Amino acid sequence: MRDLFVEIYESIRRNKLRTVLTGFAVAWGIFMLIVLLGAGNGLINSFGQASGSFASNTIAVYPGRTSEPYDGLQSGRRITLQDQDMALTLGPSFAAYVDDITPTVGTSVTVVRGRKSASGYLEGNYPSRLDVEKIKLRYGRFINENDLKENRKVVVIPERLGENLLPEGRDVKTLMGERLKLNGIMYRVVGITASDLMSSDNLMFAPFTTVKKVYNKGNDIDDFTFSFHGLDTEEANEEFEKTYRAAINLRHRASPTDNGALWLENRFTQNLQMSKARRVLNIALWIIGLFTLLGGIVGVSNIMLITVKERTHEFGIRKAIGASPASITKLIIAESVAITAIFGYIGMIAGLAACEVLDKTLGNRTMDVMGEQIAVLIDPTVGVNVALEATLLLIIAGTIAGLTPALKAARVRPIEALRAE
Amino acid sequence: MIIELKDVNKTYFGAQPLHVLKGINLSIEEGEFVSIMGASGSGKSTLLNILGILDNYDTGEYWLAGKLIKDLTEKQAADYRNRMIGFVFQSFNLIGFKTAVENVELPLFYQGVPRRKRHTMAMEFLDRLGLKDWAGHYPNEMSGGQKQRVAIARALITNPRIILADEPTGALDSKTSEEVMALLAELNREEKVTIIVVTHESGVANCTNKIVHIKDGVIGEIEENQLHNASVLGAGSIMK
Ligand SMILES: Nc1ncnc2c1ncn2[C@@H]1O[C@H](COP(=O)(O)OP(=O)(O)OP(=O)(O)O)[C@@H](O)[C@H]1O
Ligand SMILES: [Mg+2]
Repeated sequence: MRDLFVEIYESIRRNKLRTVLTGFAVAWGIFMLIVLLGAGNGLINSFGQASGSFASNTIAVYPGRTSEPYDGLQSGRRITLQDQDMALTLGPSFAAYVDDITPTVGTSVTVVRGRKSASGYLEGNYPSRLDVEKIKLRYGRFINENDLKENRKVVVIPERLGENLLPEGRDVKTLMGERLKLNGIMYRVVGITASDLMSSDNLMFAPFTTVKKVYNKGNDIDDFTFSFHGLDTEEANEEFEKTYRAAINLRHRASPTDNGALWLENRFTQNLQMSKARRVLNIALWIIGLFTLLGGIVGVSNIMLITVKERTHEFGIRKAIGASPASITKLIIAESVAITAIFGYIGMIAGLAACEVLDKTLGNRTMDVMGEQIAVLIDPTVGVNVALEATLLLIIAGTIAGLTPALKAARVRPIEALRAE
Repeated sequence: MIIELKDVNKTYFGAQPLHVLKGINLSIEEGEFVSIMGASGSGKSTLLNILGILDNYDTGEYWLAGKLIKDLTEKQAADYRNRMIGFVFQSFNLIGFKTAVENVELPLFYQGVPRRKRHTMAMEFLDRLGLKDWAGHYPNEMSGGQKQRVAIARALITNPRIILADEPTGALDSKTSEEVMALLAELNREEKVTIIVVTHESGVANCTNKIVHIKDGVIGEIEENQLHNASVLGAGSIMK
């Protein structure tokens, strides 16, 4: 073993510049691979955070307009959802899948506090909405059962909207328990939601029953969301959506296949697609990284070929005094692996350092994209396992790079090698 | 009989085929000191390379120490070269980036001898050849004679039964040539090593005990030369 290292050291020492130049290509390849994977992870993590704020097995149902004439009615007719649609959803036809349902009904309002005002949308909701939408409360509480039962005039407002109603510098917390005037009707603030990337800055919540009664909504509702179980594949979900859509559409005298009449937002399939997209992104990054690395490997392979050619005479001497072909092969491959491993390691360390820098500078920093705060990269780093995989990859890469030159060196007949100069 | 060639033929298939060895028959006993002479291009090196299993022959038989040398794998051939045969070349063929002692050690490395042991042995051999002080020098820091003595030390270190030397004095002046030939003669006398020297210098051939002439691809005259009087210049001198 020691002899092998001495040989490799000698050989590298004799070709310093050449070795460093090729080594750089390998280092660059691994560097790019690590940085790409790190950045990719950051991107994936920020997707994850965005989509992670919804319960994963719900379907939101929104009304639309019919897109085809049916049952003697024109297309383009506006659909309004009603209590009966909820009853149908909870009814026997879908009982096998549907668990829970929360409707919303809402109206645009102007919020007034003293001389300040803001416009917003007041949504009547059920307590379960908190979990379904993964709403984050900063202060106070969400709508509760008693609010609903007693049709209380209570409201949960977003942090940002609260700030707009207060004089500069006053803590939104002081709004808790205060009364605000919403379209002339007084509501008491019972909770304040955190404003983050996915929340709306002007969406307020009140009890469903209150909104329905105060604003005279009758049977009409805006939309509803139900949770379900037992639909594990994309196909099963599609099948379910088809039957479900047909049932609701028919109740509104719309074609059962009219996709415009009803909007179904299935978070479960969205998540499925998201994780698929994540996998694809990950694979794409590996492929790009590997191709970059491949450049380095080709470089090393080339340099080893030149080395072998230059050392042909020496190998001839070695063979004449008893070197087996295997020992020559070993020599070349070991040198190739050594070069790849050393420089790959340098590249890897640099790559990990670059990921750290990314994390410190861009990590968790948000960017304003069309009025929404989007985190650019969240934790753009690679794990220990990736570093280990990369190490293994380097050894394999070095072996592959050395293989052709090594076999070439081992194959050349001693007499020909001795003649070479 | 350590070496026996029966009707060995060798053709080089170059631009046009060249039949170099046309049925060589030759026997060499253990402990002989033989020279092979012949005109340039007569096939001396070709023959020696076949004897050293560095090259293949086409037809015939080559028996080395009772074993037919035919269709050996590279590994087997390497093993034979390592244990049975020591080579001395005209151009020394030392490895330039290794010191004298490292060059001498190398055959032992391929036998798997531990580092310390092979170093000690190599130093011993260099000492025997009067090169102890040059052990740490690289080949390009040594004279031709010194280099050839290092090469001989390397050939001897595995204690081979045969030494094959292709024009070992070709790159040396007459005085150094005499020293090298004296060294080979001594090895032959004291250690009973079989030595075959290819040369076209009659003075060199005269140092050996038997002179084999090769001509037109076959063995011609074989001179007994126990008295070392084959050269017109007489024994003990090599004219350059
Ligand atoms: N690899 C080869 N391919 C083709 N022809 C070759 C090859 N090696 C040698 N020859 C030819 O074979 C013939 C014999 O060559 P060889 O080297 O054996 O001669 P030699 O007796 O050693 O000559 P010299 O005294 O000049 O060294 C020469 O004509 C040479 O040109
Ligand atoms: Mg020759």
